[in-house]
Amino acid sequence: MCLGIPGLVVEVKPENDSAVIEIFGVQREVSTFLVGEVQTGEYLIVHTGYAIEKLDVEEAKIRLKLWEEILKDANPGQVS
Amino acid sequence: MQILDRFRDPETGRALLARVSALAEQAQEKLGRRVVFMEVCGTHTVAISKAGLRSLLDGKLELRSGPGCPVCVTDYGDIDAMVAFGRLPGVTVGTFGDMVRVPGSQTSLEQEKARGADIRVFYSPADAVKWAEANPDREMVFLGVGFETTAPAIALSVAQARALGLKNYSVFLANKVVPPALHALLVDPELRLDGFILPGHVSAIIGRRAYDFIAEEYGLPSVISGFETLDILDALYNLLRQVLAGEARVENGYTRVVKEAGNLRAQALLDQFFEITDVSWRGFGVIPGSGLQWKPEYRDFDARVRFAPEVAEPRIPKGCRCGDLLKGKLTPRECKLFATACTPTHPVGPCMVSTEGACAAFYQYERRSS
Ligand code: SF4
Repeated sequence: MCLGIPGLVVEVKPENDSAVIEIFGVQREVSTFLVGEVQTGEYLIVHTGYAIEKLDVEEAKIRLKLWEEILKDANPGQVS
Repeated sequence: MQILDRFRDPETGRALLARVSALAEQAQEKLGRRVVFMEVCGTHTVAISKAGLRSLLDGKLELRSGPGCPVCVTDYGDIDAMVAFGRLPGVTVGTFGDMVRVPGSQTSLEQEKARGADIRVFYSPADAVKWAEANPDREMVFLGVGFETTAPAIALSVAQARALGLKNYSVFLANKVVPPALHALLVDPELRLDGFILPGHVSAIIGRRAYDFIAEEYGLPSVISGFETLDILDALYNLLRQVLAGEARVENGYTRVVKEAGNLRAQALLDQFFEITDVSWRGFGVIPGSGLQWKPEYRDFDARVRFAPEVAEPRIPKGCRCGDLLKGKLTPRECKLFATACTPTHPVGPCMVSTEGACAAFYQYERRSS
């Protein structure tokens, strides 16, 4: 029931509290009632037709950076 | 999408896996046994099986599935009740697709449909409301299953039905909340867990803070994880570091979606529509405070109150270990029926039916490695 894939907002319909999102080229209208205002270009996590949260691209970048750091560590086994 | 593609980078995955392997070996040495982590989200169950993480880490680390598949944890009595609704004259049952093939004591919704019951699958409860509006001569009873992620959509469907003045829409609520089930697992003396991989989208609703009790009361590490293989490896890495350092924190590895306090709008909705009640989970029995029921002002939309169909004492099929599996006591291949009497085409238990069930995921992705 839970899909982990974020959908890209391609159209906003504030009058219906909804937005059109695209996942793997497939478009679908979803309710944005639970996340408030959204903008095209944002990513939404959708569950049973409702966006439940926005995806924060800055946080995504931070996570990727963190992995880079982990993988740079020459002594991976060492726990300080 | 470039940024998000990097969450699927195979090279990073291999490198993270090597780190996880090394830490798992150290942890095994430290504890004198393999470390055991549990995932409590059906989507994680599938992701772990699909990526083959269990066999990649075989011998070093044990990954167990818990009560994370909402369809699977639905009690026999509740499934029998759902079937009973389908037999009422004038009633159309609306459901999420996963529920249709789940066997109850005698039959499933799918079998009832073949016998003439009007069972309809909807992607969203909002679509069931639309259907009710277009078919005023039928009663639409929607089956509410799922965790905190699904409950706001169920609440909004009732808000919508009320706004439209519909008298023919109601919900059979079997929705559950996750933290009390974690409590139930944590107090189980037979289960020796070293940490939890916490569900990403339940957490999007309830927030990281909702799990602080795992560290504070039980001294166990846990990590909220996203759904890419790299997210799960990252969660394992984080858990192992905590185990090795003798620490216990609730870490958020899915900060791109999950906030400290969660989704406040969704929480406000849950407060407005639901009260907490004690409900029965498959395998667990009644877990205090683990279910939702309608607040009195919404009882008009409560299918239990409106129809109260008679349901006999459930009969549990012999040999199905789904209940033990949901409690993390065994893995699918330890069930004697797995891949013999029980297959996706002939499921004996819900864990083989649901796409998020551990048996179905094992059958599809891990059978050959066993
Ligand atoms: S393999 Fe089938 S019978 Fe065995 S626990 Fe899983 S669902 Fe039940």
